[in-house]
Amino acid sequence: MGKLGRMGLGNRAGNEAENGLSRRGFLMAAVGTGVMFGFPAARAAQQFAAPGLPGDGAFEPTIWCAIAPDGTITVNIIRAEMGQHVGTALARIIADEMNADWNHVKINYVDSDPKWGLMVTGGSWSVWMTWDVFRQAGAAARLALTEAGAGLLGVPAAQCTTRDGMVIAGSKSIGYGDIVARAHPTRSFTPDEMAKLPLKPASERHLIGNETLKALDIPAKTNGTAIYGIDAKVEGMVYARPKMPPTRYGSRVRSVDDSAARAVKGYQRYLVIQDPSEVVQGWVVAIADTYSAAIRAADLLKVDWAPGETVNVSEKDVIDHGRAQIDRKDGGVMVFDDKGVDSTFAAAASTFSQDYTCASVLHYQLEPTNALAFEKDGIFEIHAGNQWQSLILPTLAKALDRPEKSIVLRSYLLGGGFGRRLNGDYMIPAALASKALGKPVKLILTRSDDMQFDSFRSPSIQRIRVAFDGQKAITAMEYHASAGWPTQVMAAAFMSKGVDGKPYDPFAIAGGDHWYEVGPLRVRALSNDLANRTFRPGWLRSVSPGWVSWGLESSWDEIAHIQGKDPVQFRLEHLTGAGRNKGEAPDSTGGALRQAAVVRRVAEKAGWGRPMPKDTALGIATTFGQERGMPTWIACCAEVHVDRATGIVRCRKLTIVVDAGTIVDPDGARAQTEGAALWGLSMALFEGSEIVGGLPRDRNLNTYTPLRIADVPEMEIEFLPSTEKPTGLGEPGTTVVAPAIGNAIFNAVGVRMRHLPIRPADVLRALKEKGASAA
Amino acid sequence: MTSFRLNGHDVTVDVPEDTPLLWVIRDEVGLTGTKFGCGIGMCGACTVHVGGRATRSCITPVSAVQGADITTIEGLDPAGNHPVQEAWKDLQVPQCGYCQSGQIMQAASLLHDYPSPSDEDIDAVMGGSLCRCMTYIRIRDAIKRAAAATRGEPSNG
Repeated sequence: MGKLGRMGLGNRAGNEAENGLSRRGFLMAAVGTGVMFGFPAARAAQQFAAPGLPGDGAFEPTIWCAIAPDGTITVNIIRAEMGQHVGTALARIIADEMNADWNHVKINYVDSDPKWGLMVTGGSWSVWMTWDVFRQAGAAARLALTEAGAGLLGVPAAQCTTRDGMVIAGSKSIGYGDIVARAHPTRSFTPDEMAKLPLKPASERHLIGNETLKALDIPAKTNGTAIYGIDAKVEGMVYARPKMPPTRYGSRVRSVDDSAARAVKGYQRYLVIQDPSEVVQGWVVAIADTYSAAIRAADLLKVDWAPGETVNVSEKDVIDHGRAQIDRKDGGVMVFDDKGVDSTFAAAASTFSQDYTCASVLHYQLEPTNALAFEKDGIFEIHAGNQWQSLILPTLAKALDRPEKSIVLRSYLLGGGFGRRLNGDYMIPAALASKALGKPVKLILTRSDDMQFDSFRSPSIQRIRVAFDGQKAITAMEYHASAGWPTQVMAAAFMSKGVDGKPYDPFAIAGGDHWYEVGPLRVRALSNDLANRTFRPGWLRSVSPGWVSWGLESSWDEIAHIQGKDPVQFRLEHLTGAGRNKGEAPDSTGGALRQAAVVRRVAEKAGWGRPMPKDTALGIATTFGQERGMPTWIACCAEVHVDRATGIVRCRKLTIVVDAGTIVDPDGARAQTEGAALWGLSMALFEGSEIVGGLPRDRNLNTYTPLRIADVPEMEIEFLPSTEKPTGLGEPGTTVVAPAIGNAIFNAVGVRMRHLPIRPADVLRALKEKGASAA
Repeated sequence: MTSFRLNGHDVTVDVPEDTPLLWVIRDEVGLTGTKFGCGIGMCGACTVHVGGRATRSCITPVSAVQGADITTIEGLDPAGNHPVQEAWKDLQVPQCGYCQSGQIMQAASLLHDYPSPSDEDIDAVMGGSLCRCMTYIRIRDAIKRAAAATRGEPSNG
């Protein structure tokens, strides 16, 4: 067609589909009972995640839980379930405080509603953010049930205690369910009242820290009954698959030719998506009766685009741009800028300066992004797994040109989050296609679509400079980093303010604001605008601490070697807990001294200093997890062997020690740390992409190679006992592994790697250069 | 028309012959426990048993299973208590869970071929099953536990 088939403009195939039942539709109608398949129940026309709503007559002392007359306690979870068993961890907190019987607890993943406040699952925040409010909500429930139960038992409330879901007075007791059934309590609590309620001491907890409880979400994940976003379906829906444009932004559709696609059985039509929110640009989607037809049809659509201006941008361009930004003294935002940095450097006897880089990294969450969208009774429903409902709702409202309150996001299990689903951009084209067609649309990205559309971890460059006095002691430090800024691009309201009053993305610099004592410190964050224009920078598991630590902890070993000091001892000498590094209650009580404790313990546990076989060594690294305001103190010793002939680095063992305060869910904590550490290993040695022609080069597992089972080293993980406020565990394990490996490689064969991922060819080249310089 | 047996039931579908078995199972029959991951047979999330053999349904055309006996995660055990599933629950293997149907189907097939699998056997057979949450340590332990249970040995914790 000469002019664009803009949205809403039908073609021949589409009209046919509208005028009569398609062959498949007829078949479905004819065998609607499922007899043909022999599965009476399986072929439901509609499949949604089942909300765990409480039944009639339930008592809701707060919005966070309900106690039903049969004793069932339903806990409302506003966080996304993406593998961290967050529902179980949070339910433990509330159920422990209310002295509930764990066997009666179930969890309800809620839909978006303003009453829940900020709905976001990321940053390793969930337990830390929920700790106070869920203990208060549990205390409120306990108090209300105690008062009502005391009335039924005919004793003063002061004489009652609670245990295992019962109110007890001497030899008399009554269960929480019976209290609700008989007394119909209605007491509610304001936030102020909740905040004043007395809480249980740590010594009386029976669920928090309990090693024997199982995660409530696991059984369904072993028998095929767990429902993810991709499994959601509704009667009458059509399938959609995008034809991806040549750039993330700015591509314009000139023409579409679907003559070949029309030969695909089940193909209906195509749509050119016009998105008022400008989140998706240049998208064409193929609409079909089945997803396999949509896949084929999209393959066969011929689209002519005028590409966006970033069509020739490469990974090297982005890194070079960042290096040029760092070279300039002006620009960027000062996170720390202590008095005396410049004068100390000017007076230095010598200095250290080194750059470190990290490649683009793709999320590759195993469930490709997808969404089911439809309008029903004046409400636009989006069914999808998502990590940040509060962020995408206003954008959806803009895209659909309707008020936020008329849009509801239904929650599903996530087939992996890792930060990809913090960005709900994949919902927009599903919603717009549904709006245009006036019917439910299930949009699924194939893997290659998903990787091309990924909001991936930006390539980054960081520069670390240190001033020494005449005795090589550190007198000042500068830390500079340039990368794409996801928060600037997607969630500007969540930017932090630097000491110079300018806004910066905390998730693109956190980690540089470390707890080492170094004298005056400057930490400068630079937004790589070329990255921001070329792709949609994403939050990826452990965000900036995942790459900042690569530079910082590698440099820390380099400096230790310059000083002729043991890397463990050197770190301990600078983790003194003085000044701003002494920490603040309740979130960082103890400060850098707690980081020193995990360093000491990991060295002891890994046998730091013991003799090692040839070309084998230990390396150490330590971080404070995700952010200064919520530190998870962590240290790692990696044992690696380097094959000098092939350059292959084999990680044999990871020893990790963590202080995350109170551990709510010990097995879940271990699982998160195992997975996070292996992500760290994967990004150190196995995975990394590259921007080629404005897009990530890799489109599937044929070239993108995350760690697999045979690559897994032995692991030993220890949590230091603590009754401090719990911090986060989803990401800190990721941060320490790459630098521990880089440092171990140096200790094993004497070459210093300064780029992630570390490929065998790079190790070989470094060995060769070292050999050449030695000769 | 293509006919086969799925979890013990006779199934007949009228779809193009080259339609991947995965989409027939998920969208035509409506069993969604089998997952779409990579679409090129390299992640293992779509693994089902065809004639008892672990098979990547995303790259298997439906015409290739005419007359075959197919088992999906929903049909592995009537109550979901296959020794592999039991071990998976005991050791709390799944995190997000999306790959785990495929992991479990692959592991069940592994135990059939290797009743006492070594680490090398596990690496070789499970190497095609990607777990992005990286639950690999527990997958390995759970396979060994399921193997011991299948052999009738008590678990050692």
